Amino acid sequence: MANHSTSHPTHVQHHFVDSDQQFDSAKLGMWVFLVNEILFFGGLFCAYIVYRAWHPELFTQAATELNAFWGAVNTVVLIGSSLTVAMAIRSVQKNQIKGLKINLLITIALAVVFMVVKGFEYAHKFELGILPGELYTYEGIEHAQAAIFFSIYYMMTGIHALHVIIGIGLMWWIYVRANRGEFSSEYYTPVEITGLYWHLVDLIWIFLFPLLYLIE
Amino acid sequence: MATAEVSNTRTLKVKRFKPSEDPKKTYLTEEKGLWSWLTTVDHKKIGLMYLGSVTLFFLLGGVLALLLRTELLTPAKTFIEADTYNQFFTLHGAIMVFFVLVPSIPAALGNFILPMQLGAKDVAFPRLNLASFYIYVIGAIFTFFALVNNGLDTGWTFYTPYSIESNSSVIWVTLGAFILGFSSILTGTNFITTIHKMRAPGITWGKLPLNIWALYATSIIQVLATPVLAITLLLLTMERVFGIGIFDPAMGGDPVLFQHFFWFYSHPAVYIMIVPGFGIISEVITTFSKKHIFGYWAIALSSLAIAFIGFLVWGHHMFTSGQSAVATTVFSFLTFLVGIPTGIKILNWVATLYKGSIEMKTPMIYVFIFLFLFSIGGFTGIMLGSLAADIHLHDTYYVVAHFHYVMMGGTLIALLAGLHFWWPKMTGKMYNEFQAKIGAALIFIGFNMTFLPQFIMGSQGMPRRYYNYIDQFTIFHQTSTIGSYILGVGFLLIAYYLLVSLFRGEKAPANPWGSRGLEWQATSPPDLHNFDHTPVIINGPYDYHKPMEEFQLGLADSGHNGHDPSHDATGAKQEVVSN
Amino acid sequence: MGSLFDFMLPELKSPMTGATTDALMGFIHIVSFIILAGVTIAMIYFAIKYRRRSEDDETPLITHNNKLEITWSVIPLLLVFIVFGWGYKGWLNLQTVPDNAYEIQVSAYKWGWTFKYDTGAQIGNEVHVPAGRPVKLVMQSEDVLHSFFVPDYRIKQDVLPNRYTYVWFQAEETGESQVFCTEYCGTSHSDMLAKVIVHTEEDFQAWLEDQGTGGGGTPEERGENLITLQGCVSCHSVDGSAGIAPSFQGLWGKERNFQNASSVTADENYIRESILNPSAKIVEGFQNQMVSYEGRLSDDDISDIIEYIKTLEE
Repeated sequence: MANHSTSHPTHVQHHFVDSDQQFDSAKLGMWVFLVNEILFFGGLFCAYIVYRAWHPELFTQAATELNAFWGAVNTVVLIGSSLTVAMAIRSVQKNQIKGLKINLLITIALAVVFMVVKGFEYAHKFELGILPGELYTYEGIEHAQAAIFFSIYYMMTGIHALHVIIGIGLMWWIYVRANRGEFSSEYYTPVEITGLYWHLVDLIWIFLFPLLYLIE
Repeated sequence: MATAEVSNTRTLKVKRFKPSEDPKKTYLTEEKGLWSWLTTVDHKKIGLMYLGSVTLFFLLGGVLALLLRTELLTPAKTFIEADTYNQFFTLHGAIMVFFVLVPSIPAALGNFILPMQLGAKDVAFPRLNLASFYIYVIGAIFTFFALVNNGLDTGWTFYTPYSIESNSSVIWVTLGAFILGFSSILTGTNFITTIHKMRAPGITWGKLPLNIWALYATSIIQVLATPVLAITLLLLTMERVFGIGIFDPAMGGDPVLFQHFFWFYSHPAVYIMIVPGFGIISEVITTFSKKHIFGYWAIALSSLAIAFIGFLVWGHHMFTSGQSAVATTVFSFLTFLVGIPTGIKILNWVATLYKGSIEMKTPMIYVFIFLFLFSIGGFTGIMLGSLAADIHLHDTYYVVAHFHYVMMGGTLIALLAGLHFWWPKMTGKMYNEFQAKIGAALIFIGFNMTFLPQFIMGSQGMPRRYYNYIDQFTIFHQTSTIGSYILGVGFLLIAYYLLVSLFRGEKAPANPWGSRGLEWQATSPPDLHNFDHTPVIINGPYDYHKPMEEFQLGLADSGHNGHDPSHDATGAKQEVVSN
Repeated sequence: MGSLFDFMLPELKSPMTGATTDALMGFIHIVSFIILAGVTIAMIYFAIKYRRRSEDDETPLITHNNKLEITWSVIPLLLVFIVFGWGYKGWLNLQTVPDNAYEIQVSAYKWGWTFKYDTGAQIGNEVHVPAGRPVKLVMQSEDVLHSFFVPDYRIKQDVLPNRYTYVWFQAEETGESQVFCTEYCGTSHSDMLAKVIVHTEEDFQAWLEDQGTGGGGTPEERGENLITLQGCVSCHSVDGSAGIAPSFQGLWGKERNFQNASSVTADENYIRESILNPSAKIVEGFQNQMVSYEGRLSDDDISDIIEYIKTLEE
């Protein structure tokens, strides 16, 4: 093994010929993974479409229970975090490790803001008795399937929130590695693919927001 | 021999490397001990670990099948209760589908062979590969937990609302299959990336072995379909935990919607199981006919066609379910379209035999068995795709027989062909050819005896998943049961001589079958990094009209497996040095 | 055509619904058999004719043949178009109920069938129909999915809890045909059988009149009838034998011991609660498998059942 890796830069794994091949592979792999994330959410969007087609009146009624203002705030927050993550990648490409770290911290902060707002929204609904499925006790909406709308709402936003939490973890991990000086303009694959992931999380929210909050 | 021109812009120095017949170091000897297996990132060892796990599950699923068949010897109770019977057929189905057929060829054989056929040292993400194995193990633990804790009695299809009401451990199995899905997704992602980015110099898309095309198509289906299964099972789990109501008619939900969700994955999943089998058939049939494949592009592209059309036919499982009439019509029509590329493949394989030099070694015998059994599976599929006939045959033993002909007569027989074909490469040992042929004969006889009667009784009206049955079907059930015992003996024989070969088998040469495939240019068993030198490809994998020497080329100036990036810079043309 | 494969099908007793199916199945079987035989013979012939004679055998380079590829793509394509059109035609016929069809309501439950006539008559696990006249069954499930299958008529349709589905057939001769449930529905799925009994038109009318309106009899008789129709007896025996659930015999007035170590004397309210809210009290040694009968049994029905259970002494 020893003689195998003499000519390799340390970040290139043994089975790749060179750094470019490793970078291209990682990026393609991430894109394939994102496709499968989209299909994962696609199943939920299908359930949404089917139920909206069956009960359009339910969706317009139930959407009024969702707070469009805070939803809009969260949308702005997430779009902002997408921008800072793009700036983080730009920084590392230019070998500005300090810029990378600052942008990562801003992104993490924005993601936390998103989760806090989401937490307040959930807490408010729990108080009203708007809980998923059988636990649903709210009486403000007169529709037999009202619970199903909120089941779909909780599934979609819940799984999205889980992705945000995973994203926060990933970015923290990137930040720690950046602190250790592992990244440079030569090697920043993990930053790039985490950025791709974060853009997807943002993109899904951009679909969720109008579909759930802004139904007229 | 001239220089291999790989691209217009650069020229590589190549040298002939004949694989050593007596390798000093192999992947089995270089890193030893249990710990080296459990922590390995070597695709070959991971492939073998998958093979071991799949075999274990096959044993479990097979024993359940034999118990089911034994219970069906008599029309009323033979030796187990109805609830036990229902749990057994559910677990037989769930285990065989999720734990055996889906990972069998791609994750076990595919993991071993795919990087070798590409001339790569490993898959693109070796650690992810190991992770996917452990995810599979975790999924398996969940399922085992369900097995000992109340079982599962919903049928492997988990139809609502029965699966919402059932007292058995539905959540454990849905979570198990959910976790397992990620293993499948990661393998697919890994393979797609590897095929795109890790090909050795000279392997263009037109020189990819058909096995790789098949695995490529499979991986695409895995990545596109499995997440939908994941979300379906998650919704079903939530349905049981919170009663979210989406699939529950008692809460205004719709059980037919669940069936749509379920089959959107589970029909393409059928192609996840069978398409890699097609790849094996192409490799074996050319090797033992010593002849170029007939219709390379027809076979390669039909795999992709099957992958894509396969996504549009799920509704053919639901002709009697109460789905809309338009949907039923469209799904029936599209179902026939997916039959065409499959038929094209079979005819191309048969045409490959024409004017070949055919040697009936065990893998080739399995290919012949495959062609016969899978054709029957295909024709009965046409029968089930036609609306009027399906109304009569749906949910009868005709369907049971049909999918066993496809999944067992197709996938499993292809797996056996591949296992016998690559066994010398994987283990460095030859098995007993005579015993192997007896085994194949037992499998063929036992299989047909088990499942041919099921076509007849199904057609006469015997419904599936029946614990008791009416007397007129007794003779068919009994024949079928005896057939299943013969089948069981066949599998035991295979397990016996393969195990014996590990300890007492003859040493396998590097290329025992005289194949032109790239994986046979490595030693048997291969080096830890597969090849001594990065292979260089100038011919297609089926160019049996060209001499073997032209297939034994590697980069001359990379003394260590192409690690040295300096070969990129080589500008001048160099003569190939023969040794 | 297709007589070679006639042995595979049961005798056709409703040609109006099954004739196309049978002809189509015969056609597919014959064509498939011919192609399968061709492929198999070609394989075996090649394997013998071109067997390996020496290790140095040279094989010709034949990579592809576009004419051949097109031929064996287009011909099967035409064949499957025929099969599709034919199957579609037969299926349309199954979907199109003749206007003069005699309608019967069907209710499926775990694990049995109830058939209701427009006279109010009800009968369990037997459906009596007139010969030579189309019959439409309008079906609904009380609990999980079931499927109504009569092999002799080549008809099958899933029965769902949240919507009505239907099938139709026209039996030409008097006699009996077997009904199966073909959608897996739990423990006694394979015992969820019924019979179609075909009478001549006159016999059928006479039978229907005999049935009355279904509301008659003493409370005990109505109760006995109800526990058959509602499928109670598929789990609760009336002869004291242990089944999936406690027997009705000897239930009345006895001390019941429950899983949670409490106990109560079996009275009217206990039985009523057990029918409407089965999970409230689970008898020791049994599991909760029952669904609520709320909305399916009226208060009068429950009283009738209680009257009947009172008569079942040990």
